Amino acid sequence: MNIKTFVKTINKKVLGLLAVLIPLLLLFFYVALRSGPLAPVPVTVATVERKAISPSLSGIGTVEARYTYRIGSVAAGRVKRITVDVGDMVKAGDVVGEIDLVDLEEHLAAQRSAIKRSEAAVLSAEAQLRDAKAKQVFSASQEKRYALLLQARSASAEVVEAKHQEAEMASASAAAAHAGRNAAQQSLIAAQAEYRGMMKQRDNLRLIAPVDGLVASRDAEAGTTVLAGQAIIELIDPASLWVAVRFDQLQSAGLRAGLAAHVTLRSQAGRAVAGSVLRIEPLADRITEETLAKVLFTLLPAPLPPVGELCEVTVQLPPLPAALVVPNASIHRVDGRLGVWVVDGSGVRFVPVRAGATDRAGNIQILDGLQAGERVVMHSKSLLHARSRITLVNPNKSLL
Amino acid sequence: MISLAGRDILHGWGRFLLTGVGLGLLIGVTLSMAGIYRGMVDDANALIDNSGADLWVVQQGTLGPYAEPSTLYDDSYRSILGMAGVVRAANVTYLTMQVRHGSSDVRAMVVGVVPGGAGEPGHPTFLVAGRHLSGSHYEAVADVKAGFTLGDTITIRRHRFTIVGLTRRMVSSGGDPMIFIPLKEAQEAQFLKDNDMLLQQRRRTAQNPSLNRPNVPGLLDAIIASQTVNHNVNAVLVQLKPGYAPDAVAAEIQRWQRLQVYTRQEMRTILVDKLIATSAKQIGMFLVILAIVSAAIIAFIIYTMTMAKIREIAVLKLIGTRNRVIASMILQQAIGLGAIGFVVGKIVATLWSPFFPRYVLLEPGDAIRGFIIVMVISLLASTLAIAAALKIDPAEAIGG
Repeated sequence: MNIKTFVKTINKKVLGLLAVLIPLLLLFFYVALRSGPLAPVPVTVATVERKAISPSLSGIGTVEARYTYRIGSVAAGRVKRITVDVGDMVKAGDVVGEIDLVDLEEHLAAQRSAIKRSEAAVLSAEAQLRDAKAKQVFSASQEKRYALLLQARSASAEVVEAKHQEAEMASASAAAAHAGRNAAQQSLIAAQAEYRGMMKQRDNLRLIAPVDGLVASRDAEAGTTVLAGQAIIELIDPASLWVAVRFDQLQSAGLRAGLAAHVTLRSQAGRAVAGSVLRIEPLADRITEETLAKVLFTLLPAPLPPVGELCEVTVQLPPLPAALVVPNASIHRVDGRLGVWVVDGSGVRFVPVRAGATDRAGNIQILDGLQAGERVVMHSKSLLHARSRITLVNPNKSLL
Repeated sequence: MISLAGRDILHGWGRFLLTGVGLGLLIGVTLSMAGIYRGMVDDANALIDNSGADLWVVQQGTLGPYAEPSTLYDDSYRSILGMAGVVRAANVTYLTMQVRHGSSDVRAMVVGVVPGGAGEPGHPTFLVAGRHLSGSHYEAVADVKAGFTLGDTITIRRHRFTIVGLTRRMVSSGGDPMIFIPLKEAQEAQFLKDNDMLLQQRRRTAQNPSLNRPNVPGLLDAIIASQTVNHNVNAVLVQLKPGYAPDAVAAEIQRWQRLQVYTRQEMRTILVDKLIATSAKQIGMFLVILAIVSAAIIAFIIYTMTMAKIREIAVLKLIGTRNRVIASMILQQAIGLGAIGFVVGKIVATLWSPFFPRYVLLEPGDAIRGFIIVMVISLLASTLAIAAALKIDPAEAIGG
């Protein structure tokens, strides 16, 4: 082996070794600089622009009937029959059921007898009155006759006085008989009134629908004992369905009557029904910190949703005047101050801002702190800090 | 001057490189293990930093909300807001559960945050795609590790949520990805039972004669309604005004609100020293063993490499080479082998770290420490080989 071949072999080996070692070292430095804290943070940026946003509010509600009629008995009793079932449509005046007061008929019979007894009492009082009046007339004429006999000296003064006393007594018993007849008449009137009252009660034992409506629930069956005031049949007016909505108070600014709303029923996800805000309730929920509102359907959905179904309500507020807007993903809080990271060469600088209204698409108004056209960091692959170096990534490309 | 070590390496450079790469893979595993340990600690710290809180207010006598369950009323935050030094206080719920997406499910920590958007306590601190929550219902921001993409629909208990934003490094202390949803739905997810359970609960209540009293018609409904509402949260996240000492404010809240309060430092202690202590120690123990094994293997490789060259060293000795030259040859080879091993190890550890299911944090400090340790071990191992080489009898070159 001469020197030349030896050097050639060595060179070949050195080249081979370097061919492995140099890429290895390059890879090492690349890895060391491109990962870990030394690496620049890939970010996407957004440009601050002036545009109008329309905030919207989202709330949760349930379908409710505006008018619910709870029909029940006015007295305690037993249900005799129920003539309608849940889902039936009834007309105003229809009998939907009847209550049995158990002993009402016996009370009525007793009352009828009481009336008859009172009538008899009136007759007897009237007869007594006639008798007393006859006695009064006779004793008055006797008294007159003896007065004339006294003048003719045919009767003694003693007898005349006795006749006078008889006449007085007859007059008094006539007055008493008169009062007795009146009393008998009054007690007849009382007995009759009581009877009429009991008859009315019997009429009220029939449960009558006050309006046209849909039977929503049937809470008692024949034979059930019910209390006075307990609801037996519940009627709703299906045309009066509305949504009772609850808006988180943090996100209820601008909510007012008349705004357009979209109602998405839980059973029909992905399909919104149009509606409008009817009113904001003057009383809010103190515990859940929600504002309550009622939303009317523009057109009732068909088929009708069941009362109580959950729905999601979105209320679109009128557009706000154009203002500087950034995506809400660019807002950060650093050391207690709200702000954005503004792109500054290959680094970033934190600029505190005052934020305003937001919309559902994730735009947020910047009231103070930024100029139109400035570029702010929207997404970043890790948390930024003042010394971060960044590399811009095409916003259409994902950072992942 | 001819480098003896270089010559020897060039002589069998393929074998030398392969040995270095093999060693590198071992060092890579060790570095990854250190990264896994760092990642665990970093997960715990990320949880604290991402919440954006200065103080955590939890149920009295608990280590909540991460290390222990904690429940407090959701209006406690109002009285906390009234304390001196508190600038923001927000309710938050944490629940680790399986989140359904299509036919599969993902283990995730569902975080219920008060709608209010970026910068509020509890919200993700940065996004890699999409936007922050802008509505108060049915939207979610998920950590990319959950595997969702923008626009996906996920199911959490009885509600479906649309993914509107993606974030990174928002994980629980167990490494589960976080999913941020509005507080109201998170409360339902945590405290509202499933339908079957609700039905059974209603049936039980209805069977209890003291709750279902026939002469008080509305009582049962009222009791059932009160059983299904729940106004609880797991913690209140508090941010302080500048200039207030966390400890002082914490003591005030603890004293007057009768709740448990943790500062950032205390929370770190709970998470790092209590929650992940055992698993971190486990990893740490394994890391120590791995380091010892790596050191032993490096030493053995260099020793056997030297022993394989006994004949050559004997020849060198025979032709009168000084011991210093032989020692430096072995030393240079050992250090070269260590350096290649470290470079390869660092590269492979970095390249395979993203594929770990949990976060692996490769700190530059660890890499430098690793490099120093590898060099020291190489030096120590080479002394063993040098001692053996110097003892070689030149006669072996002839005798064999």
